[in-house]
Amino acid sequence: MHIVVCVKQVPDTKIIKINPKTNTLDRRSAPAILNPYDAHAVQEAVKIKKKTGGTVSVLSMGPPQATAVIKKSIEIGADQGFLITDRAFAGADTLATSYALSKALERISKEEPVDMVICGKHAIDGDTGQVGPGIARRLDVPPVTNVIEVTEVNEQEKTVVIKRKLTNGYELIQSQMPCLLTVEKEINDIEYSPMPNMIKAARYDPIIWAVSDLEDVDRSQLGLKGSPTIVGKMFTPPRPEGGKKLEGSADEQVNQLIEILLEKKDLFTLQSSK
Amino acid sequence: MPEKFDVIVVGAGPAGTACAYTCAKGGMNVLLIERGEYPGAKNVMGGVLYRKQMEELIPEFWKEAPLERPVVEQRFWMMDKESVVSFGYKGLEWAVEPYNNFTVLRAQFDQWFAKKAVEAGALLINETVVTECIVENGKVVGVRTDRPDGEVFADVVVLADGVNSLLSKQLGFHKEFRPDEVALTVMEVINLPKDKINDRFNLQDNQGCTIEIFGDSTKGNLGTAFLYTNKESLNIGVGTTLSSMIKAKLKPYDLLDYLKTHPMVKPFLEGGESAEYLAHLIPEGGFHSVPKVAGNGVLVVGDAAQLVNAIHREGSNMAMHSGQLAAETVIEAKNRGDYSESSLNGYREALYNSFIIKDLEKYKDAAHTFEKYPQYFKEYVPMMNQAASKFFTVDGTPKRDKQKQIIKSMTAERGTLRVLQDIYRAWKAVK
Repeated sequence: MHIVVCVKQVPDTKIIKINPKTNTLDRRSAPAILNPYDAHAVQEAVKIKKKTGGTVSVLSMGPPQATAVIKKSIEIGADQGFLITDRAFAGADTLATSYALSKALERISKEEPVDMVICGKHAIDGDTGQVGPGIARRLDVPPVTNVIEVTEVNEQEKTVVIKRKLTNGYELIQSQMPCLLTVEKEINDIEYSPMPNMIKAARYDPIIWAVSDLEDVDRSQLGLKGSPTIVGKMFTPPRPEGGKKLEGSADEQVNQLIEILLEKKDLFTLQSSK
Repeated sequence: MPEKFDVIVVGAGPAGTACAYTCAKGGMNVLLIERGEYPGAKNVMGGVLYRKQMEELIPEFWKEAPLERPVVEQRFWMMDKESVVSFGYKGLEWAVEPYNNFTVLRAQFDQWFAKKAVEAGALLINETVVTECIVENGKVVGVRTDRPDGEVFADVVVLADGVNSLLSKQLGFHKEFRPDEVALTVMEVINLPKDKINDRFNLQDNQGCTIEIFGDSTKGNLGTAFLYTNKESLNIGVGTTLSSMIKAKLKPYDLLDYLKTHPMVKPFLEGGESAEYLAHLIPEGGFHSVPKVAGNGVLVVGDAAQLVNAIHREGSNMAMHSGQLAAETVIEAKNRGDYSESSLNGYREALYNSFIIKDLEKYKDAAHTFEKYPQYFKEYVPMMNQAASKFFTVDGTPKRDKQKQIIKSMTAERGTLRVLQDIYRAWKAVK
């Protein structure tokens, strides 16, 4: 069983500041971290490996310092990690990124065939959720999104049973392998890494590939050249104006509230009649 | 099978990192364990880094280290409620290489320093708490961490685990420190545009100023406040011994607020934006508080060994130097193949022969004197301010008469004999 997890280094958007003039993220204002959804993806791969045995690899695209997220993945329990880094990749949107990653996955699977690719649901800096399905399309494997449980892995039959989260319920499906999963946070809890993993990660040097290390690459599909996405405008949503505060005694407040509700009753009846 | 290293260093502050760096350079297999998310995440100091001891480790470090400003001016303020007597030195010889000292932001500097240790070959592990030393047959043989499969072994363990040093306490090297042996310091980093800093402190780019503030900055309690310039921020903080705080029922954050709104300080901070708030204990017990620093398979360095000179605000330099001395001892011990206490005691000797313990010994009674006789901070600072005010106010009184009046008012308040006693006592404490 060979699982490859795609991971991304992102600025910690919990604390990042937004440049008020350009509305872009001020990346210097926050430390770079392993995308939290991807950490759950690595953890899930490690969990599966504990049952089936095999290899967990991680793959990332980014600048040389992105090796930090590969080392973090080794801490969680991955066996090896690959970083594709090259000027030619710079400025990639989700289309060009999924193309580049799929080319790297092809090279990885030449060394050891890949049974499963796992990605986080989305990266917290872009929130698109497009790269996972984009890779699946290019590798021609089924994409399974919103995964909250890998229920059963059958290596002989090359099948996997998966629980997905839907808007109003769950779905249990069986997929062939190889396949690509994108996972939600609730799929697992990140375990506190054991000491030997920490030592291994501190020593580990990720395998680094440039474009020239990949095969059959159409350079026009890479980086800025291969990115049709144009960001028209970015803006910070206006702050909601402060609502009305009810004052007076409890009875007075309740009466005021009832008045308001009656006044706006159309809002409620409209919805319930639908 | 758990791994065994030559050396495990606990804590990636200046002492631990200096030790790990020197050991790694000496070809030893080093594991450096840090509890913070990264080295510097949990470390606090006012912000002055001295050149000399750092330079001994990494020559010309100022060419690549993340430093804020070289300090060209040091001011000392004796501050009263609405006045200040100041004294200082500004010299442009400090504005050029090799410089004298620098302001730094520890979160950045410590990360860089630890990176140098890693480049030298040390293995750094973050977010890991060492819970205890593993002791076998009276010898420290490794550490236990809070992680699963968390035991790691080594020939020698260097404890750089900071002021409280729970690890050396577990080994019985020291007791719980008393409130008069530690100071509690709180500080803020306040963002301010570079131009404003340069204007307000009369500086050029790449020049820094430090102000140490005594007297009303601690409401007359034993301690000091400081105001340091970074590139685009100020470090402002205040600390007193824990015992003073308890006695005067002071809350550290109240004291910092008091300082920030003090009429002598406030104009410097005007328009600044608070970026960080930090608090830390500082070991200020000095010479008498230095614990046992060497045992079987174990050494204690930096704050963990209480190596801080509160009078001269030196600490990180002592930490680095002690880390380096410990590393040199460990390398010698390895060559001898002997990690017993008597072998490692070379570190203790080196420490006691260095400026570190010599300086601590010089001031061994200072903190005790100033704590026991609060008049120095409580009474003399206001008296100096009144004297200066009187002397510099032009009101037609002949200067000779003014001098007489000033001396008379000083001795009238405390009595001639007691003033002489106070002077003698202070001189004795710092001589």
